[in-house]
Amino acid sequence: MIDFGFGLSRSSSVKLDEVDLGLYHKLEALEPGVRVCMSCGSCTSTCTAGPWSGMSVRKLILNLQRGKDVEKMLSCCMLCGKCTMVCPRGINTRHLILSLCRIYGKKQ
Amino acid sequence: MIYQGKQRIWSDYQKDIPADGWFYVRSCIRQNFFPASEKYFLAICRDLLGHDIYETEHHTTCGGIAYHSDTIPQETAMTIVARQFALMKEAGYKNLVTSCITSFGNYTEILETWREYPELEARIRENLWKATRREFDKPEYVAHASDLVYKYRSEIAERARFRLVDKETGLPLRIVEHIGCHYSKMFPHKGIGGAEYPCVLSGMVESWGGEVVDYPERRHCCGFGFRQYLVKANRGYSVSNTHKKFESMEPYHPDAIITNCPGCPYFLDRWQYVIAEQTGKTYGRDGFGIPVFTYEELAGLVLGYDPWDLGLQLHQVAVEPLLDKIGIEYDPSAKYLGVNKEDLLKPQMPTVLKCC
Repeated sequence: MIDFGFGLSRSSSVKLDEVDLGLYHKLEALEPGVRVCMSCGSCTSTCTAGPWSGMSVRKLILNLQRGKDVEKMLSCCMLCGKCTMVCPRGINTRHLILSLCRIYGKKQ
Repeated sequence: MIYQGKQRIWSDYQKDIPADGWFYVRSCIRQNFFPASEKYFLAICRDLLGHDIYETEHHTTCGGIAYHSDTIPQETAMTIVARQFALMKEAGYKNLVTSCITSFGNYTEILETWREYPELEARIRENLWKATRREFDKPEYVAHASDLVYKYRSEIAERARFRLVDKETGLPLRIVEHIGCHYSKMFPHKGIGGAEYPCVLSGMVESWGGEVVDYPERRHCCGFGFRQYLVKANRGYSVSNTHKKFESMEPYHPDAIITNCPGCPYFLDRWQYVIAEQTGKTYGRDGFGIPVFTYEELAGLVLGYDPWDLGLQLHQVAVEPLLDKIGIEYDPSAKYLGVNKEDLLKPQMPTVLKCC
């Protein structure tokens, strides 16, 4: 192998065919509203915990759709429900978070 | 939708390219990378098809490569371009055709800038007069050479000796088309098909019998990106871009790649060697790579020109498997002979990427 002094970076491509959507489908069964999210980010922009904890419902749903683990983010949510009030699609985001807690076996 | 409505919408995406009366300006780097491409553009379009295309030995680089590498200010590039326009005026031509995609982007950007800021154009006129005692007229039309080959694609198809078809199976070859960013992304409406249906290369492929491969990263940059490559510390970005494209096109098993930019064929070709050395992976069949062609080279091949006269021995990826597939004759012993049959010597072979 030749050392050229530079190398390949890890690709950021998302291969949706290879993503494990098990967690997303479990959530879909408990909170079907997740299907209508259009990633507008209203939930994230209104989130009280967001600026200091990194909480973002938009990112949480996107990560689930890409098969990533979201357990760590759940503990950042204060369940204040402001995101539910501003969602233009009327998704019960508070119930969405609680459903995820249930999937992960967390205390509510 | 009614047919007339469809026609009208489609016409918005077309370029009304003048058939003749072109002043040709070459690229500063293509003659090193793909030395026969510009020669064969003139051989095909001017000498074979009989179109009026003129070039003068007095023209220079457009300065675009230095401008995009952040080494000269735009006003310098503008004055260089103004001199090219002055040469065109002196030769009595009104339409400019550029060999290089970055030149096409550079000329178009400068003309658009002058349209927005006429006082800048006046200053450049003054600069040119002070420096060279020349005056210029702005071109009536600026085209890229691939626009002309696209326009003449049916004339080329009529004279073709070969088609982009597998001679064994009779099936069309699967071709990846890669359009340069400075053609399709700076001023998309200036390109054939606009941003939505860029068809300058796919039109050629389909006219010459091939099948265009659609794949996820089709419109991704080749990775050259000027300073991505020119600054060594950034070079990993360049090769990673190319790697991303090859990973994306691999499942579709393309037979060849056609490009219309100076940088794209160079990097899509040469990086296959680097990727093979770094990862041990090759993307063609049996350890070979996917051959990459300029549109002039592909036109030359279908017209039956000798592959070695077209300069295909200067490619990193071996072209012989594709030539065999199409049924194009070639003399393997003449691959590394120069124009006077002088032996150019066989280059060292890569350790991973298979070459002939």
